[in-house]
Amino acid sequence: MAHLRFHLRFPEDKIREPVLCQINRAFPKVDTNIRRADVREKTGWMDVEFSGDTAEIERAIEGIRQKGVIVDPIELNVVE
Amino acid sequence: MAKPAPMDTDKIKGLVCRECGKEYPAVSLHVCDMCFGPLEVQYNYKAIKPRLTRKAIEAGPKSLWRYVDLLPIAGDPTVGLDAGFTPLVRAKNLGDELGLDKLYIKNDTVNHPTLSFKDRVVSVALTRARELGYDTVACASTGNLANSVAAHAAAAKMQCYVFIPHDLEASKVLGNLVYRPNVVEVEGNYDDVNRLCSEIAGEHKWAFVNVNIRPYYAEGSKTLAYEVVEQLGWEAPDHIVVPMASGSLLTKIWKGLNEFHKLGLIDRMATKVDGAQAEGCAPIATAHKLGRDFFKPVKPATVAKSLAIGNPADGYYALKATAESGGAMDMVTDEEIIEGMTLLAQTEGIFAETAGGVTIGVLKKLVKQGIIKRTETTVALITGNGLKTQEAVMNAVGRPTRISPSLVHFQKTFGLGNHER
Repeated sequence: MAHLRFHLRFPEDKIREPVLCQINRAFPKVDTNIRRADVREKTGWMDVEFSGDTAEIERAIEGIRQKGVIVDPIELNVVE
Repeated sequence: MAKPAPMDTDKIKGLVCRECGKEYPAVSLHVCDMCFGPLEVQYNYKAIKPRLTRKAIEAGPKSLWRYVDLLPIAGDPTVGLDAGFTPLVRAKNLGDELGLDKLYIKNDTVNHPTLSFKDRVVSVALTRARELGYDTVACASTGNLANSVAAHAAAAKMQCYVFIPHDLEASKVLGNLVYRPNVVEVEGNYDDVNRLCSEIAGEHKWAFVNVNIRPYYAEGSKTLAYEVVEQLGWEAPDHIVVPMASGSLLTKIWKGLNEFHKLGLIDRMATKVDGAQAEGCAPIATAHKLGRDFFKPVKPATVAKSLAIGNPADGYYALKATAESGGAMDMVTDEEIIEGMTLLAQTEGIFAETAGGVTIGVLKKLVKQGIIKRTETTVALITGNGLKTQEAVMNAVGRPTRISPSLVHFQKTFGLGNHER
């Protein structure tokens, strides 16, 4: 089982949508674990660990992206 | 090295989470298991203080390793033995131009061996990587970092992987290939390269210098602050202007100054640490201007490619460090960057890369705004060599004056007289 960690950013127009809940329903074999977050009225971010099969996690991540949430590695930018 | 290096337990306490404070041993770990916050090296200052004197430092090698007591390695340095200890230039001409009586340029355009400040961080990262048992190093980079990792890995006979975007300019690719690392061009956009490299770092037992070795790697930047203080005669300056990409350099300058103060190596420490960014990629400077403690990531669009990090890992901490120091931040346009580069070259004879143009451009603004005062001792960090980004100034430096091979023509062209003789 893989454990992959990502930093999710919710733009203003997505902050009211239950994106993670929808992803959990769509990918029941991927566990999501929010470890740190700062969600404000108009914006928000979450550090989340996804556990499960790597390919399934990648599909779930793609699903989150398609919902307009920005997904970065937990380290943010590693290309210097 | 003349003196035996202290052991791990003596000097390095371990790693500590910058968010929740959880402590870890000094292994290759960069994210806190508890809260996912970034980790940094913690030192045993009580053990270091008695032996770290100005005299002891001055007797050390003429490289960044004279500060080995405050660097996160357990034994003797083994990689990058000649990095650091670059000139601190009294910039009288540029100072006159800008209205500063005591301006200095910290000139890392001549750092060894790849002409940028990255030689500092990579020397520390690879020495530590070897201590941790790695024989393969890697990085994801579009420029200076890749050059430095590839060069140091070649000299240290380590396996090396350099990941670059597939559309990087040919000259930059060549600058890596010459050292014979495995240069991997990744298809896709910047975000794809970024994500893949993070995943590779998690998957393979390599020393990915700015990912799993980052807590050690970043510490190398402190040596810029140490050198500035020592070269000013053990005085901390009033201002240091620092270019910002990930924001790490600025936070480490602040850490380095505070360490010297805490250890009694300087009596007074009232330095304001000022951050400089390019307008086309200024998430940190923008947040500072808006008075926010968080930044909004951006898509970079600037000539200063070595600073083009849209979602900077240390952005939050850079904001915090500048605020603690009472410093300022500002940003400059591409035109101002080029002006800054040519001004530095034409007044001090130093050809800096675009990041240097950002530093000089912002310095100029801060002086104009009265934030930096004429009599204040000011240091501008120039972190990379202009030969690496020649294309940026190609249209700003004019053309040679063409003449026929005739003395008369030459003298006539330049109004030097005697052409009638």
